[in-house]
Amino acid sequence: MPFEWFVALRYLREGRSQTALILAAVSIGVSVVVFLSALINGLQASLIKQTLGSQPHVTLHPPELVARPLFAPGTTAAVVLEQSPQRMRSIEQWSSVLEQVARVPGVTAASPTVTGAAFAIRGTAEKPVIVRGVDPERFRAVIDVQSKLTTGRFAPTGSDVVIGVGLADLLNVTVGDKLRVTAAERRDAIVTVVGTFDLGNKEVNDRWVIASLRQAQTLFDLPGGASTIELRVGEAFDAERIALDAAERTGLEADSWMKINAQLLVGLRSQNSSKYMIQFFVVIAVTLGIASVLIVSVVQKSREIGILRAVGTSRSRVLRVFLIEGAVVGLFGSFVGSALGAAFSLAFAMLAKNPDGSPTFPVQLDLPLFAGASVLATSIGLLAAVIPARRAARLDPAEAIRHG
Amino acid sequence: MADVLRVDDVVKEFGDAVVTRVLRGVGFALERGEFATLIGPSGSGKSTLLNLIGLLDRPTSGRIWIEGRDVSELDEAELTAFRGRTLGFVFQFHHLLPAFSALENVMLPSYAAEGSPTSAMRARAAELLSAVGLQNKLDARPNELSGGQQQRVAIARALAHDPALVLADEPTGNLDTESANEVFELMRRFHRERGTTFLIVTHDPRIAARSDRSVELVDGAVVYDGPPRA
Repeated sequence: MPFEWFVALRYLREGRSQTALILAAVSIGVSVVVFLSALINGLQASLIKQTLGSQPHVTLHPPELVARPLFAPGTTAAVVLEQSPQRMRSIEQWSSVLEQVARVPGVTAASPTVTGAAFAIRGTAEKPVIVRGVDPERFRAVIDVQSKLTTGRFAPTGSDVVIGVGLADLLNVTVGDKLRVTAAERRDAIVTVVGTFDLGNKEVNDRWVIASLRQAQTLFDLPGGASTIELRVGEAFDAERIALDAAERTGLEADSWMKINAQLLVGLRSQNSSKYMIQFFVVIAVTLGIASVLIVSVVQKSREIGILRAVGTSRSRVLRVFLIEGAVVGLFGSFVGSALGAAFSLAFAMLAKNPDGSPTFPVQLDLPLFAGASVLATSIGLLAAVIPARRAARLDPAEAIRHG
Repeated sequence: MADVLRVDDVVKEFGDAVVTRVLRGVGFALERGEFATLIGPSGSGKSTLLNLIGLLDRPTSGRIWIEGRDVSELDEAELTAFRGRTLGFVFQFHHLLPAFSALENVMLPSYAAEGSPTSAMRARAAELLSAVGLQNKLDARPNELSGGQQQRVAIARALAHDPALVLADEPTGNLDTESANEVFELMRRFHRERGTTFLIVTHDPRIAARSDRSVELVDGAVVYDGPPRA
């Protein structure tokens, strides 16, 4: 074993109470960092998952109509411009646009849809709904309804539809029942419920009727058309960038989930800042704790350090002895702290439950978190040891032996 | 030149505002294989001189040669390495490292110089500890040893890397008469058997009387250099 390691490890073993003290400081610090990260990362992952469970990453739709009055050149007139009401329009040449956006870097799936408002009627019950006309295969790649089915199957073809569990409750229908769907201008259709789904969002569960593309085209008088193209992207947080890219390439308007949920993102960001701030101050406190204990230990060992120097130990070796002490304590503290933090997190997950007993959200404990904590704690230990180690290396051996 | 040590007109001053001249032009030389004492009352400057010879401090003026090398030419790192290679120290309060066993204490100078331990180091340390009569105490910690035993470990440590010169600062000052006697005899024996050069600092004329040569320091100057005065 190299000399520095031999001396450092022996000092750590012999200085039991001091070693225990700094180990405790590092462990507690690391456990706070791990617990906080597990909690907040878990919460955020679950919020984002919930948000994206019923939302495409990017939605492309035709630009809004703008009223443009025509004037003969040279005329002057005072006009009041009134925007005409927006009517549903198809994306021109949508199938070639679909191919085009599928090739945009980062896009993993694209689905044409016809989406519009309607009423679902059964007996005397009448509920406002959103009809989503889709191609089942393509839509499934954008929003995974298949795995969220509560009954029946995901097969919106012909006049078959799949509806949210909330809507099924409101209308009191089950798989096999028929509904009447009425859109504007009294166009209506009789559809058969073949499945129900729970996308984890009440608004969606209470209102969505997923129909075939053709059914919706008929209902909204958009023969052969598609009102939106919905995209899924590889990395959810690239959505805004990809949306801009897709809008540029197609001339359509593109909204990313990030734009639609701007408030959520601001919330997540400020949560992150407060997390980083707490962790930053924990790191400072731990660093100061390690540094002060190590300084005391250097002062106590002045005479020994003097002797080591007198018998031919170089300054750099003495420096490394104390740097190693700091790093080793940091590393071991990170192991203990990670275990503690994981235990806190799991205990929290067990205590924080919904009224029905299901966990509110999963805490997120993963390898990168623990690896990060180890690297962080080892660096803190090393950093905290710099001043004590330099102090030890600079000791004047003659002074230290006489007065130490 | 067979001089192990040569001190030439060494002056050492302390303090900036009020300058105290502790050594006022000290000069003497030690040949290889000498067994000498440096004697003087407290405050005579003998510990200061020992620190200069031990390369733990630098003189204000004057030169020191060790093994024919002018040590004023060495920088801090070279000084440390040279000190480790050439000199052995025995301190008054034995100064063993409490966290390490007797064997490890004896190995430390070579370990620190080489960076990693070798079986030769271990064998040499064990051999030296048997030579000082502590073959049964290799793994004992300093606090498990008597004062005399600790000082014998310190002597073994000073000899671990076969230094050209062993410097001992009041090596028996803190011991009872019997232990002091044992420790002194041990140093004489190493001198006799291995030809090691010793310079022993003491204020005790009885110790000086048992050496081959006595250098007497009073008020920072050599006032006598020759066979010990009875």
